[in-house]
Amino acid sequence: MSANNKSNQEPLFSAKNTKLLKKPFNLENPITVQVLGICSALAVTVQMKPAIVMALSVTIVTGFSNLLISFLRDTIPARIRIIVQLVVVAALVIIVDQILKAYLYDVSKKLSVFVGLIITNCILMGRLEAFAMGNKPWPSFLDGIGNGIGYGAILVIVAFFRELLGSGKIYGYDVIPKVVFETGYVNNGLMILPPMALITIGVIIWLQRSRNRELVDKS
Amino acid sequence: MDSLFNLFVRSVFIDNMIFAYFLGMCSFLAVSKTVKTSVGLGIAVIFVLLLTAPINWLVDTYLLKPGAMAWISSSLANVDLSYLSFLIFIAVIAAFVQLVEMFVEKFSPPLYNALGIFLPLIAVNCAILGVALFVQEREYQTLSEVTVYAAGSGVGWFLAITAIAAIKEKIKYSHIPPPLRGLGISFILTGLMAIAFMGFMGIKI
Repeated sequence: MSANNKSNQEPLFSAKNTKLLKKPFNLENPITVQVLGICSALAVTVQMKPAIVMALSVTIVTGFSNLLISFLRDTIPARIRIIVQLVVVAALVIIVDQILKAYLYDVSKKLSVFVGLIITNCILMGRLEAFAMGNKPWPSFLDGIGNGIGYGAILVIVAFFRELLGSGKIYGYDVIPKVVFETGYVNNGLMILPPMALITIGVIIWLQRSRNRELVDKS
Repeated sequence: MDSLFNLFVRSVFIDNMIFAYFLGMCSFLAVSKTVKTSVGLGIAVIFVLLLTAPINWLVDTYLLKPGAMAWISSSLANVDLSYLSFLIFIAVIAAFVQLVEMFVEKFSPPLYNALGIFLPLIAVNCAILGVALFVQEREYQTLSEVTVYAAGSGVGWFLAITAIAAIKEKIKYSHIPPPLRGLGISFILTGLMAIAFMGFMGIKI
């Protein structure tokens, strides 16, 4: 790693860098392809609002932790790198948690322990180990943001279906007209229960893989 | 005594870490290829939970909570360090996992060979930090409650990972649509198992 290698500087949003931002959205999605960060993805998807807040929090934490670790990557001794990474991530999560408690108290109550659990979210450790430890700060930052958004996209999709089918609302607003209920339509209470989050993600993976055949498991 | 037993059963079946809160899903999905490795990881999780949850609770009660340091001197009575709890909890867990690893390596090589590779994985297992945070959020009052809750959560996690590993071993022989193979079917299986576990809901002992 040479720090004074500035002759071949590339523009901030070169093709390579935009790719870092876009790839996690589909072909390298952290949840459906890399199997990272599933724990929290499932528990916060009953409604859209907590899901969006969670997605934003994770995006911010992944982006900045990737950036910071990438700055520090040459000075961290390999033996204690996991603890250093955890401390950086935990500090960022504490900041996010305090901001949520101050400005979005009701959502922060709903997310309960899952904000704290961003620390052990595998996306963070996975991206820090796989990308930030070996790349320059700016690409690492983009990689973090991209993975956060990829994670958030799945969260929002799952939350959309669970809230729509489970309680007939989108982002807290009623969208199914009364007439439909009068003809005998009932909200599907099962969608609110935790197991349906798993099955919804299973179906999303199924759809994604049947569109992108290269993702199908060989075995 | 009754309430402790009740708490144990609740934490194993009703508040199961995997099926009710989805904690520790990453290793649950990634390591559950065979029953043998799953049993190893499950035991390691129980072990680490039993040690870290009480320690984190003690740290929280006697150092971090608002007014917790009153026992040192009265001038510290209105210090509130609770915002540091994430950092301290994860540091305790990471340090402890490292310590347990060295200790087991030195004193029980056979156990180390069985658990060794799983121990570092556990530091970032959400279930461990999750239990510490749930203990804090639900305000368990005594050390025995915390220990029983940690043991129950660990046993619940152990049961869940062993069960899915057994199912995965069998499912190799069935015809699954190719796009659903692997991760997709694991999710749907876990969902169905979670629905089955919901049958325990509302049971009073």
